Amino acid sequence: MNTIDLIKEKYQQSQSNNGSSLLTSLEQDAFQTFTTVGIPTVKHEEWKYTRISGVFNKEYAFNPESLPGNVTASDLDPVRLPGHAEANELVFINGLYAPSLSTLRSSSLTVLSLEEATKGEFRDTVLQQLGQSSRYIKDGLNALNTAFAAEGVFIHVKKGKIVEHPVYIYQVSDARSANILAQPRTLIHVSENAQVIFAETYATLGLQESFTNQVTEVVVEQAAVVEYYKIQNDTAVCSQVGTTHIRQVGKSLVNTVTVSLNGAVVRNNLNIAMEAEHSESHFYGLYFLKGDTLVDNHTVVDNVKPHCESNELYKGVIDDNGTAIFNGKIFVQKDAQKTNAFQSNKNILLSDNATVNTKPQLEIFADDVKCSHGCTVGQLDEEAFFYLRSRGISEKAAKSLLVHAFAIDILEHIKPEPIRQYVDQLISERLEFNFE
Amino acid sequence: MKSDEIQSENIVVDEGLDILEQTVRNEYKYGFVTDIEADSAPKGLNEDTIRFISAKKEEPEWMLEWRLKAFRQWLKMQEPHWANLKYPAIDYQDIIYYSAPKQKEKPKSLDEIDPELRKTFEKLGISLDEQKRLTGVAVDAVIDSVSIATTFKEQLAEQGIIFCSMSEAIQNHPELVRQYLSSVVPVTDNYFAALNAAVFSDGSFVYIPKGVRCPMELSTYFRINAENTGQFERTLIVADEGSFVSYLEGCTAPMRDENQLHAAVVELVAMDNAEIKYSTVQNWYPGDKEGNGGIYNFVTKRGICKGNHSKISWTQVETGSAITWKYPSVILKGDHSVGEFYSVAVTNNYQQADTGTKMMHLGKNTRSRIVSKGISAGFSQNSYRGLVHVGKNATGARNFSQCDSLLLGDKCGAHTFPYIEVKNKSGVVEHEATTSKIGEDQIFYCNQRGIDTETAVALIVNGFAKEVMAHLPMEFAVEAQKLLAISLEGSVG
Repeated sequence: MNTIDLIKEKYQQSQSNNGSSLLTSLEQDAFQTFTTVGIPTVKHEEWKYTRISGVFNKEYAFNPESLPGNVTASDLDPVRLPGHAEANELVFINGLYAPSLSTLRSSSLTVLSLEEATKGEFRDTVLQQLGQSSRYIKDGLNALNTAFAAEGVFIHVKKGKIVEHPVYIYQVSDARSANILAQPRTLIHVSENAQVIFAETYATLGLQESFTNQVTEVVVEQAAVVEYYKIQNDTAVCSQVGTTHIRQVGKSLVNTVTVSLNGAVVRNNLNIAMEAEHSESHFYGLYFLKGDTLVDNHTVVDNVKPHCESNELYKGVIDDNGTAIFNGKIFVQKDAQKTNAFQSNKNILLSDNATVNTKPQLEIFADDVKCSHGCTVGQLDEEAFFYLRSRGISEKAAKSLLVHAFAIDILEHIKPEPIRQYVDQLISERLEFNFE
Repeated sequence: MKSDEIQSENIVVDEGLDILEQTVRNEYKYGFVTDIEADSAPKGLNEDTIRFISAKKEEPEWMLEWRLKAFRQWLKMQEPHWANLKYPAIDYQDIIYYSAPKQKEKPKSLDEIDPELRKTFEKLGISLDEQKRLTGVAVDAVIDSVSIATTFKEQLAEQGIIFCSMSEAIQNHPELVRQYLSSVVPVTDNYFAALNAAVFSDGSFVYIPKGVRCPMELSTYFRINAENTGQFERTLIVADEGSFVSYLEGCTAPMRDENQLHAAVVELVAMDNAEIKYSTVQNWYPGDKEGNGGIYNFVTKRGICKGNHSKISWTQVETGSAITWKYPSVILKGDHSVGEFYSVAVTNNYQQADTGTKMMHLGKNTRSRIVSKGISAGFSQNSYRGLVHVGKNATGARNFSQCDSLLLGDKCGAHTFPYIEVKNKSGVVEHEATTSKIGEDQIFYCNQRGIDTETAVALIVNGFAKEVMAHLPMEFAVEAQKLLAISLEGSVG
């Protein structure tokens, strides 16, 4: 059966199973959008360089009911991030939250299904905040995820609490017997004066393919601090489209780092809406591509209110037949005076078949602002290379030293020590060279 | 507020507002209508209109076929809407596609030219005889699409240079026209290029033979005249091996309430070691301060560096038009070829500009440089949209792009859409952009030294645009600076 037809069938099923709930109208609207807009093609400006339709030509098991499948705790061991013994671990199997495999260590953290959350004290927050990403992303994939939103998860961080253990999120697809289409949906609410660190990673078990269409919405309240790290190092046949939509509704600080190392087609939409004065956000990205991997980073910073500051730096190394796409947009709305927004994208091409398409974009409607963007595409510095070679350092070592140095700019923004070391190690493995 | 009072006070903000108002009140200086009996095609567009134009111009059969082919393609195409522009739908059937000033015979000398026309040029400050005598610029003046007078033609002919109107070229040099026409901008390239191919009325044709350095700046002044006349110019410049030409295009148009459509096509071909420098000062009617009227300018300009070591350089100063949709591009096909783009785009009131360039690196060791300066004031929107493409075989390609925006006022917008595509690992591409306003500290610094705010703003804006202005030929630099002053003087917010 055609994947699109399957999706439609599953939608009807899920609607009749769940009956009507508070989220039904949101889902129905989204499904309506999906059927009219469809899967984005390369004619869509936002998808000009990324052909995602191929992913839908395969057959997928798309079966939210059979959960958590046959995944056991020991299956997860290779997936776990370092320091997990001291972390809250949230496990999603095939896009659905698996409480039995998850561990919650912090009392300031609440995890509920969205369906459940609409019934209790978080009712208003959920109804108000869920689906805000659709305001920015009007493509079929975001709508497709929203059509099944009720199966998602609500994560709440209590007011005034610092979550002492980082929150590790594992997105696991069990593709041991069939291709998997997973649609994780998360709404994270970080209350006033709260602080929390998230680290998310992706893994596919087995040799079949997986496609993950994820939407994460994060609402950051007054004086909250959020760090969000994403590490994408899945198998080379797995694709994902991940949307992270962050709303800074109070004066707050957000740091994100996205590291993309492997996959078939990896698309990251990162939207930051700065809706409160004096908000600050820093977002960094590192992509290091080999094989036929395509990584597409689309970021949007929407400065709605004055006195905000944002800093963006994405760096990439592209080898083999890899393709990197970067599209960064900075919007400065009419009232957002005194905005400082900076954006930079730097790329190194290592092979003849590597491609990079970059588009740093500014749209400015206010006059008292400081905005800049820049991008470069080039090679490793020949002089630096010669310097190292002339001191007897092998070609491979010199190359990996320089690439490593290029990546350090991003790595140093990963604050938790174990995560930073883990990413550093992944890069060393990729370079097939260890300095120790 | 009088100017002496301005000097005595140092309240920057108040003065700024006052000066802004003055600027906004600046009426379009070149708005007037010359009364010439026009010989027009009936309104609307169909195959008959095209046959009418072709017959009127006594074109050969192949030309008519070419036009009809373009028209049939155009019918299948859709008007593009990807640009960052908002305008009411254009009714293509409500346009007169051909209008020529009536003249009984072709003039043999300047004296025989219709005095009304002569006056028009005088008002624009480009009196033909004066130019002929003093500046040494050969002017191919175009009023409503038909070339009226071409000066210095004989002098150029001695060196084998062909500089004439496109219709003459079709009659006298069909082999050259057939060879190069639509070789850079195919008729089906885009909606407006196809429309132009179908209905173009006239334009300029330049051919520089091998090894010839054109002794003077070639120049065409365009002018849109009769009411409801879309202007569809087509220019073709071919620089053969080792030649050099500098071509100037300057435009002013009379004031008009209805929107006028302008869809021009410019094609440049540079062979081995040839260089073409193409400069534009565009000051068409931008509409009044409420945003009514003004010219819709949808232009396709493209050059090809066909030979090795060839060079094409575009310089533009865009201050006019209600809508500007224009992307002068260079296809760097020959090895070691060079493409350059220097642009100043000024928008005020409700003007909208979406302009930029495309640099297609195909040959080896090709270089390109883009410098774009956008200045927006009033309620205007100014966008830079550019593409730098480094193809798979373009080893050693190098690009540097810089696009800066200056915002004068808090109701305007500045946008940047740079597309960068690199498919070769030896390519080095850099892009940088900034957006800022004129700093109060800068104004204060000038005020302190006895420079009034108005002059200070002119100074800063001129300094901002200087990098581009420096690339304009002498004759144009003066006019361009005046235009900048008229459009923006003192618009500090």
